[in-house]
Amino acid sequence: MLEQNIFAGFGGQGALLMGQLLAMASMIEGKEVSWLPSYGPEMRGGTANCSVVISDEPVASPLVTNANSIVVLNRPSLTKFESHVIPGGNLFINSSVIPEKSERNDINVYYVPMTEVAYELGNVKVSNMVMLGAFVEATQCVKMESIVEALRHKLGEKKAKLIPMNEEALNRGAQIVKDQK
Amino acid sequence: MATVFKKTPLLTDAVLHYCPGCGHGIVHRLVAECLEELGIGDKAVAVVPVGCSVFAYRYFNVDSQEAAHGRAPAVATGIKRVHPENVVFTYQGDGDLASIGTAEIVHAAHRGEKITTIFINNAIYGMTGGQMAPTTLVGQKTTTSPYGRDKDWCGSPIRMAEMLATIDGSAYIERVAVNNTKNIVRAKAAIKKAFQTQIEGKGFSLIEVLSNCPTNWGLSPAESMEWLEQNMIPYYPLGVKKDTTKED
Amino acid sequence: MAKEFMKGCEAIAEAAIQAGCHYFFGYPITPQTEVPEYMAAKLPKIGGCFLQAESEVAAINMVYGAAGAGARVMTSSSSPGVSLKLEGISYLAGAELPAVIVNMMRGGPGLGSIQASQGDYFQTTKGGGHGDYHVIALAPSTVQEAIDLMQDAFDLADMYRTPTMLLADGTIGQMMEPVEFKPREKRTDLPAKDWATTGWGPNSNRPRAVVNSLYIETEELQEMNDRLQARYRMIEEKETRVELYNVEDAEVILCAYGTVARICKSAVALAAKQGVKVGLVRPITIWPFPKKAVHDTIAQDSVKTVITIEISAGQMVEDVRLAVNGEKEVQFFGKPGSYCPTAEEICEKIMEMRRA
Repeated sequence: MLEQNIFAGFGGQGALLMGQLLAMASMIEGKEVSWLPSYGPEMRGGTANCSVVISDEPVASPLVTNANSIVVLNRPSLTKFESHVIPGGNLFINSSVIPEKSERNDINVYYVPMTEVAYELGNVKVSNMVMLGAFVEATQCVKMESIVEALRHKLGEKKAKLIPMNEEALNRGAQIVKDQK
Repeated sequence: MATVFKKTPLLTDAVLHYCPGCGHGIVHRLVAECLEELGIGDKAVAVVPVGCSVFAYRYFNVDSQEAAHGRAPAVATGIKRVHPENVVFTYQGDGDLASIGTAEIVHAAHRGEKITTIFINNAIYGMTGGQMAPTTLVGQKTTTSPYGRDKDWCGSPIRMAEMLATIDGSAYIERVAVNNTKNIVRAKAAIKKAFQTQIEGKGFSLIEVLSNCPTNWGLSPAESMEWLEQNMIPYYPLGVKKDTTKED
Repeated sequence: MAKEFMKGCEAIAEAAIQAGCHYFFGYPITPQTEVPEYMAAKLPKIGGCFLQAESEVAAINMVYGAAGAGARVMTSSSSPGVSLKLEGISYLAGAELPAVIVNMMRGGPGLGSIQASQGDYFQTTKGGGHGDYHVIALAPSTVQEAIDLMQDAFDLADMYRTPTMLLADGTIGQMMEPVEFKPREKRTDLPAKDWATTGWGPNSNRPRAVVNSLYIETEELQEMNDRLQARYRMIEEKETRVELYNVEDAEVILCAYGTVARICKSAVALAAKQGVKVGLVRPITIWPFPKKAVHDTIAQDSVKTVITIEISAGQMVEDVRLAVNGEKEVQFFGKPGSYCPTAEEICEKIMEMRRA
């Protein structure tokens, strides 16, 4: 098994964190993983993306050109990465800010209104968790429990009270995919 | 027979390589005597520079490190941070401290590094053969200012003691001279006070010592002492520039 | 012990602390700033010292002072910062002081970029600073290996009284991977630091310590250099490290180190799918360079094509060619700056450069 993924968006949208949680969850399940961020001089507001490789073998190249799954959180990322999904792969589009539809018909495309859903949940900060829930449901590459465990680790004890809200966001995202399937 | 004078054991028996009449020998002795009188010879670590006093580790009878040109305060910082109980001092000339090593001395003072610096200002580069230093006086002829230092071209001589006294982290700064007996006695008291400042953990201390360079000034030793009195002291006034050791 | 998911820079800093390094002097520069940040958070809690120096120059000289005072000490930087440290590294070598320097390479020359690069191979292995000296240079290709090598670096520095460099690149520094901090036994064969300046008096049971690289007499300087060179020969003999991957009966041999080497492993797999047997020689120590292993691997009868791959205009390739000594042609693929080739590109190049 070799799963190559890209998460891309504006800095601050949570693309890097989504990738980290996916990688940690995979590690928890005993997989070999790597997480490689693009890094630039901009701290906030610029484009940010990360590559996550999940494998049964030690990860050789951490670079991802053509991916099994790509998540795009803004329009520039859609433009940049749409063609990099392998045929039969998955493209997740943040339909809250991207009005366009994908022109690809050889891949699975999921439209996730992550911001609206997060608003409904009462916390816009969990919008990336809505998207991650959709990702996990569609790809089935890790169990949702492992994502929650990774999140628990990442948030630490002080922020543990935020877990239920994030869990709900993950589930709402998963439901969107179930409805679109 | 009563002993009326003996050399401090904190100077080795090595023969000094300095030119006849050079003030370095005097300052070496003052430093070593202060270390002896304060009973800190076995705690002292000397950091010596690049310049005429590059061999000072041969003379100070204490553990020593030879630093790269201008970097002595950074080296001393490393030593002091590892062994805060040591008494760490740098011995630097004006090329080393006031030219290539300005960043290191300013930031050691700025951090309030608990080290002591003995700064020899003789208004010239000695070891390389008499080039202009940042401390060279306006009009003074050197091999790289053969027509005399031009203020418009090279700026005015830099007053390090005054400058470092403006920095919060410095605790004791004094300028002294070694051109006559009276000044030498004062210089020793200042050096001792500087070490005491470090021992009491009060911050950064520096003594600027106005000294002579008969060889590169082209004067006899006696004439050079007179030249120092007439030319250097008016531009580089002696005295305490900063003393926070009495404050709490 | 459970695995942790850590960023390269932070893992390197933690590895240093676990190796007994309690003194860090450094200056911020991307992409290694997480090393000083980690040290700033951790060292005060264990009675160590983190100090942000006013410059890279000051930082390496603080390292010199602390190393001369007998401490396990390190600094960390990235290419432009390491250029500034070279003066101090030469002095460390000349004064025979153990210290560890991390270089998280970025694109150059000049201010360059902040992306990963391998443009500092010459600087690292051919001296960099003035004089006839070497640093032991360890080049990890995964975060786990960076941890393991970081811990070795301090032992090697102490064993041979030499500055030792961990030469990684921005990718290793910025990526996260699962890592394990394996408990390590403290080496008992390391020489005592009885040369350290800790304060000396008539009652001390050692000679007065003088940390110095000034040998004004020709004979004395010669003696010091002979001592260094003898030590370098010993390091070459005992400490050279290399990984040979899939090299047996390979038709194509790739030579690469660091991040590029792990990407080459993916290229090896891609080429295998096309029926081409490709192997990889990966120097782990780039100084001492594994001349014999590189030569012997390439000298195999099966090997028809040799390609060195770097994120540079071709630096390590010179050492590969010296090792092969004209017995076979050594080709080069790579670009200077910060352009990191993908596995697909490398595979394509293999097919293109392959001898018919």
